Amino acid sequence: MSMKVNIVGAGVAGLSLAWQLAQQGIEVEMFERGSKVGEKACSWFAGGMLAPWCEAENAEPVVLEYGKASLVWWQNALGEDFVDAKGTLVFAQQRDKKELKRFARRTHGYEVVGHDVIASLEPDLASQYQEALFFKNEAHLDPRKALIRLSEVVQKLGVKIHFEQEIEPEDLLPEKVVDCRGFNGAKALEGLRPVKGEMLLVKTNEISLSRPVRLLHPRIPLYVVPRDNQNFMIGATMIENGHGNQFSVRSMLELLGSAYALHPSFAEAEIIEMGVDLRPAFIDNLPRVERKNQIWRINGLYRHGYLLAPYMAKLAADSIINDKDEIEKLADFKLKEDRA
Amino acid sequence: MLDVYGEKFSNRLLLGSAQYPSPAILSESIKQSQSQIVTVSLRRESGGDLAGQAFWQIIQDLKLKVLPNTAGCYTVKEAVTTAHMAREVFNTDWVKLEVIGEEDTLQPNVFELVEAARILVEDGFKVFPYTTDDLIVAEKLLQAGCEVLMPWGAPIGSGRGLNNPYALKTMRSHFPDTPLIVDAGIGVPSHASQAMEMGFDAVLLNTAVAGAGDPVAMAKAFNLAIEAGLLAFEADPIDARDMAEPSTPMMGKAFLS
Repeated sequence: MSMKVNIVGAGVAGLSLAWQLAQQGIEVEMFERGSKVGEKACSWFAGGMLAPWCEAENAEPVVLEYGKASLVWWQNALGEDFVDAKGTLVFAQQRDKKELKRFARRTHGYEVVGHDVIASLEPDLASQYQEALFFKNEAHLDPRKALIRLSEVVQKLGVKIHFEQEIEPEDLLPEKVVDCRGFNGAKALEGLRPVKGEMLLVKTNEISLSRPVRLLHPRIPLYVVPRDNQNFMIGATMIENGHGNQFSVRSMLELLGSAYALHPSFAEAEIIEMGVDLRPAFIDNLPRVERKNQIWRINGLYRHGYLLAPYMAKLAADSIINDKDEIEKLADFKLKEDRA
Repeated sequence: MLDVYGEKFSNRLLLGSAQYPSPAILSESIKQSQSQIVTVSLRRESGGDLAGQAFWQIIQDLKLKVLPNTAGCYTVKEAVTTAHMAREVFNTDWVKLEVIGEEDTLQPNVFELVEAARILVEDGFKVFPYTTDDLIVAEKLLQAGCEVLMPWGAPIGSGRGLNNPYALKTMRSHFPDTPLIVDAGIGVPSHASQAMEMGFDAVLLNTAVAGAGDPVAMAKAFNLAIEAGLLAFEADPIDARDMAEPSTPMMGKAFLS
């Protein structure tokens, strides 16, 4: 097919779309303001959890519905061994046991597991916890490796990526152009707001984990995701605030306090990195694909970049290739119910 | 009508704006609750320089009375500074004064609270103090210039309801003419009804709605419960008795023996 599409922004949304289009033989050119992959993308700081069943606790049902397919999408795009399909374990401390019950009530796709199963899945946590929820169909990937690999894969498919190019989508008209700039592209989208997130990378040899672990807490829910070389990603705060790019003391206390509560051995860990960035979100916290003539925009991925970028890429690709004006709007079922 | 600091409101539910799954659900929950006063936390949601503008815009669009709070403040100084920032940001002299004493129960530090209230009233604020059910503290807050009191039902976010109905009843009788708003600890609508049946003027809550599986439906349930409780209070309920009293009139009943 002889068609050319320009993409502005090479974060998770832009690269997913590039792959989706290049797969179908479309010529793609990308423009990224950073000097290398991930440098200025908020998806660089993500947890990389493909955990739609857990997210369904308070996300709209559509996040579960479309998020489920992301696991296979990432396996197709990056190779099967790139995605760790080992599930998620969800814990609560003894004093917050009700949180585990509440979480169980509002989700599905888990089994309640006891000490023996915990000991076989995550031996280092077995002495701390007698009960957990095991979401065995969930998976995770290392978002940084994933972005880099995806950029290599698409380049092999012929996609050109230009770095250090801060460009307005309008500059590329009359060619087709897709704006995937995240919060940096907020000016063009009414109602896009920043939700600040803070994350930590720590390193310790005193504990090993093989899958993401969530610790429920009434105020500070936490997740810890194992990475290579005994690194652990600890995240993440959600603050309705576009202010500043610094880690706050309060957030640091909360994240580290919770990690220490999850397992005391985190007390001896070294802090490798403190990451802060702004997630782009719309009022319903659901992503959108919009089209205005020859400009498409994918945005609002919120905390579901790796989970929903594949589906949004498919929606956008379909609209671009088949010249469709009508694009599915992800439904906020929680609001649509008839309440009369 | 709820009458606080000279402003009148037909609805008796004050709703917090934190912790909803999305701003869309927050906005719809507030609509369904029919609440006319919404509390906003300055420290986290807006950062002090209107940086949280997008979120603030969503609240503003609801065109309700905004009651900024000093959630998360532990000292007089923090609370006073936060209140001043809130006055700038939200353009109101109303402030819900929270000075927390301890992390696990988040109970008010009443000593710091009274001092902060005194300073803020002097600075021209209309202070809504989050306090315990202690009568002497309440007295001191009124002396400091507060015209509303907001005693707790139970610790913030605990959802336990009215932990000490006796103390709350005493407070109601002791301050018959002061607007009293039960703030914090409410879990389900019946807790809110209970407070209204006891003659409280209003109820303030956040987690009970925001943390529900379906916040929008729960907001509606609270609105109904608070209206029911108020109607019941105004209808002068019967007193509880130890013995049964037949509700069927004896007149006209057949004498068979």
